[in-house]
Amino acid sequence: MLKEVLKILESDAHASTKRIATMTGLSEDEVARLIKQAEAERTIVKYKTLVNWDKVGDERLRALIEVKLTPQRDVGFDSIAERIYRFPQARAVYLVSGAYDLAVLATGKSMHEISDFVTQKLAPIEGVQGTATHFLLKCYKEDGEILEGNEGAKRQPVIL
Amino acid sequence: MAAEPLAKLDRHAGPLAQRVGQISPSGIRKFFDLLASMEGVISLGVGEPDYATPWHIREAAIYSLEKGNTMYTSNLGMPALRHQLAVHLRDRYSLEYKPDTELLITVGVSEALDLAMRAVIDPGDEVIMPDPSYVSYPACVILAGGKPVLVPAGEESGFQLDAADIEPKINSRTRAIMLGYPANPTGAVMPRDKLIAVAELARRHHLLLVSDEIYAGLVYGVEHTCLAALPGMKESTILLGGFSKSYAMTGWRIGYAAASEEIIAAMTKIHQYTIMSAPTMGQVAAIEALKSGGDSVAKMVEDYNHRRLVMVKGLCDIGLSCFEPRGAFYAFPSIKSTGMNSEDFAEKLLIKEKVAVVPGSAFGPGGEGYVRCCYATSLDEIEEALVRMKRFVKKHRAK
Repeated sequence: MLKEVLKILESDAHASTKRIATMTGLSEDEVARLIKQAEAERTIVKYKTLVNWDKVGDERLRALIEVKLTPQRDVGFDSIAERIYRFPQARAVYLVSGAYDLAVLATGKSMHEISDFVTQKLAPIEGVQGTATHFLLKCYKEDGEILEGNEGAKRQPVIL
Repeated sequence: MAAEPLAKLDRHAGPLAQRVGQISPSGIRKFFDLLASMEGVISLGVGEPDYATPWHIREAAIYSLEKGNTMYTSNLGMPALRHQLAVHLRDRYSLEYKPDTELLITVGVSEALDLAMRAVIDPGDEVIMPDPSYVSYPACVILAGGKPVLVPAGEESGFQLDAADIEPKINSRTRAIMLGYPANPTGAVMPRDKLIAVAELARRHHLLLVSDEIYAGLVYGVEHTCLAALPGMKESTILLGGFSKSYAMTGWRIGYAAASEEIIAAMTKIHQYTIMSAPTMGQVAAIEALKSGGDSVAKMVEDYNHRRLVMVKGLCDIGLSCFEPRGAFYAFPSIKSTGMNSEDFAEKLLIKEKVAVVPGSAFGPGGEGYVRCCYATSLDEIEEALVRMKRFVKKHRAK
């Protein structure tokens, strides 16, 4: 049942306990308890809003940085990953398979800020063998949501 | 020269055939017109999914169009589609239909219904059907020269058809029993045992069964039983199905009929003279839907189920007692407690609160006292509609 509740909240953080209770057949109290517990255990990490910043002319810049690492004894990649993800510029950090090891999604106000982050913070970290920075030019879809041109077609108001 | 045929027509009451006059015009025409002129309406009046067709299906059709696949298909429908359909019916119901002789691809179930009736009805033949039921059933029977015979299938019987209620209506002119479960407008599903009873009755009286199973994919917490899959029933059943509802493909207009070779041949004869073949792009899309549409259907069913629960509970909470629908995407609450008839209720609700529902009376006399609320719309809209309906019901009860 927790999974059911989480799925509903994942697609709509605004869903009220009342609505979730109806949708799942649980009592409102039970839903509230499950949510509270999930929050406490950080199963629910945070409630956030998916914003299309382009609409308000916000010029934030994002880059996907490939990072190649030298693994370290005992800790593998984890400790280097931590050194990287602690920087606020790193919005998301993934360990990946393939030609490089970490994929870092970085944000900054300017190209300058991101290049500073890469050249002065990220690249010099011990164990980082090399980086390749890809600036993101346009976001079409974010977290499962199509950002532009997804208004959908109009239905006829009454159809038998 | 041209004046002569016109003069001939004038000797009749008008230019129209009598048959057309026998089908009642939609009682809610004025309601449609009113709706069209209003802004800010939340419509629970639609009979289709609010989803666009899943992208992989649209993409397959686009690719096919790009390749220039725009010609007629075989009258029966594309062989690849009939093959996939046969596989689907075998996997789902263990039903064996020969793709070359026992399946016909049609322009939605609507065409299939019309063909079925024209293929099996002689003038004066009677077709038994539940009341309330989908608006096309009686109309198709009448247009084929037959006579619809309504059997009450009201809330007391869970909006299901009872064999015991059918039996007294059977006479020497009775040709077929037509039914559609999961049901539009009620959302009722026929349990297997009740369906078996109807099937046995039909067999005893040598009646055909016409089963519209367009909503077969949309059931919640219950199993859909395919009438044709009941032991021994394949030969005497015309099974109608389609892609519109389950796969959110209403505009593609693809349905099918599955029946004995003799009946399919007869239906195909009419189909080839009147339609030629179902839309080619729709058929291509339907192939993709059958091949890999399962996941998208499952996701939509999950969403519909959530909305169903919110809708039904909401209606009950505002005092409109509501039968629990187990299929399709309709709730069919009783509005008898308001003292209004269903057309008044729907019209006033639209004018006063801008919520569109369909009066139950549109679906036969047995639908009077109910309205059809489609929950294939967003949860936010459902909740807002419920708030408005609550206000409306409260005001009209107080009087």
